[in-house]
Amino acid sequence: MTASEPAHARVAPAVAVAAVAAPVPATAGSGPAAAGRDRSADQVGPPGTLLSAVELRKRFGETTALDGASMHVDAGEIVALMGPSGSGKSTLLHCLAGIVRPDAGEIHYGGHRLSGMSEAGRSALRRGEFGFVFQFGQLVPELTCAENVALPLRLSGVRRRAAQARAVAALARLGVDDVARKRPGEVSGGQSQRVAVARALATEPRVIFADEPTGALDSLNGEQVMRLLTQAARETSAAVVLVTHDARVAAYSDREVVVRDGRTRTGPA
Amino acid sequence: MSIGHTLLGLLEAGPRHGYDLKRSYDERFGHDRPLHYGQVYATLSRLLKNGLVEVDGVTPGDGPDRKRYAITDAGVTDVDDWLAQPERPDVYLHSGLYTKLVIALLTGRSATDVLDRQRAEHLTAMRALTRRKTTGDLADQLVCDHALFHLEADLRFLELTAARLDALTNAVLSAETAPRRPAGTTETAASTTEGRS
Repeated sequence: MTASEPAHARVAPAVAVAAVAAPVPATAGSGPAAAGRDRSADQVGPPGTLLSAVELRKRFGETTALDGASMHVDAGEIVALMGPSGSGKSTLLHCLAGIVRPDAGEIHYGGHRLSGMSEAGRSALRRGEFGFVFQFGQLVPELTCAENVALPLRLSGVRRRAAQARAVAALARLGVDDVARKRPGEVSGGQSQRVAVARALATEPRVIFADEPTGALDSLNGEQVMRLLTQAARETSAAVVLVTHDARVAAYSDREVVVRDGRTRTGPA
Repeated sequence: MSIGHTLLGLLEAGPRHGYDLKRSYDERFGHDRPLHYGQVYATLSRLLKNGLVEVDGVTPGDGPDRKRYAITDAGVTDVDDWLAQPERPDVYLHSGLYTKLVIALLTGRSATDVLDRQRAEHLTAMRALTRRKTTGDLADQLVCDHALFHLEADLRFLELTAARLDALTNAVLSAETAPRRPAGTTETAASTTEGRS
């Protein structure tokens, strides 16, 4: 039995900051984020594949988190990564999102090799193309909810007023525009998670990575967050990579990939 | 499900013809299994015989649908009693999946494949229910959620079984090869094997 959970615990808190507040690399204009939009580049995997991973391996010290995991995500597709605790599903998500660099294996996004990129290149890609939702909203407590949603836009160079307007629109789409001026500490768990989804959507990403997005919510709030998240993703044609051990959450996806002992199961013939 | 009690419950809103009752039943409860007219009229005549409904009026014409039925006081009491009686919790001790698993383990076939196929099948069904739930009305949401929670329970069993597969294999095989013991002592084979692995 492999156990990536300790690794996940180490990575997660840094992830939100890395995802939202990554420094702007000098090459942002012509960098991989811009290149990622170039759909004429060679695609890896079946036609329509947006993101693919082949034979990923990753160790954290003595712990093998990934032991030859492969998968692909098509544009606009919602894929659930399922598996027991410690199966490596969160590590796989972090690798796909360019947050964690695998020890071996290849990751391609939009025809470009993610595994060979610099940290600056990967952070530009995360900021420009990806959105993130985690189990606990990871909102900045000192900022209002609207400011939290506007944050990734501001970091991408959108002017304050425009960012604020887009943030309020994103909050409205999730039905929580009434908490725009409140701080995260003043809203409920369900509202806070909807604000986090609004933040992930604000930059109009092509891929949303969601790691147990309903893990801290009760059934009713969890259902609401999943319905709004998948609805918004479909309306904006964003792909979603969803890590969950909850089958009712996975049922909102188009397809599941099962992760066990660091390997993806392709299923019986 | 008790069709009689359900029809009685629907009649509490006011007198109705058999055809109306059937339509109302199908809309709310008949999702995949609508009632036959024969069932409706057979049930209504039983309720009539037992004094739980009465004929409230007859429309001139042919066919059994001429009668309009109304619930009686005894019928209302019967609905009260029915609602006060909790449903017996379903206990699934003899499922096809369980049987397939044991046979796969006993015959050296891949139990993992059995589990994987079942998981995929369950998730396909859960996706269909989730789609129906997100586009449906409140009744759709309730009936789909009920089905989804049951399927989820099956999947939790699948995951737990997948995690214990090695221990279960040992238990099944050792129970098969062990000499026969008096009834009541065999279950220790499973627990001791699991404890060792």
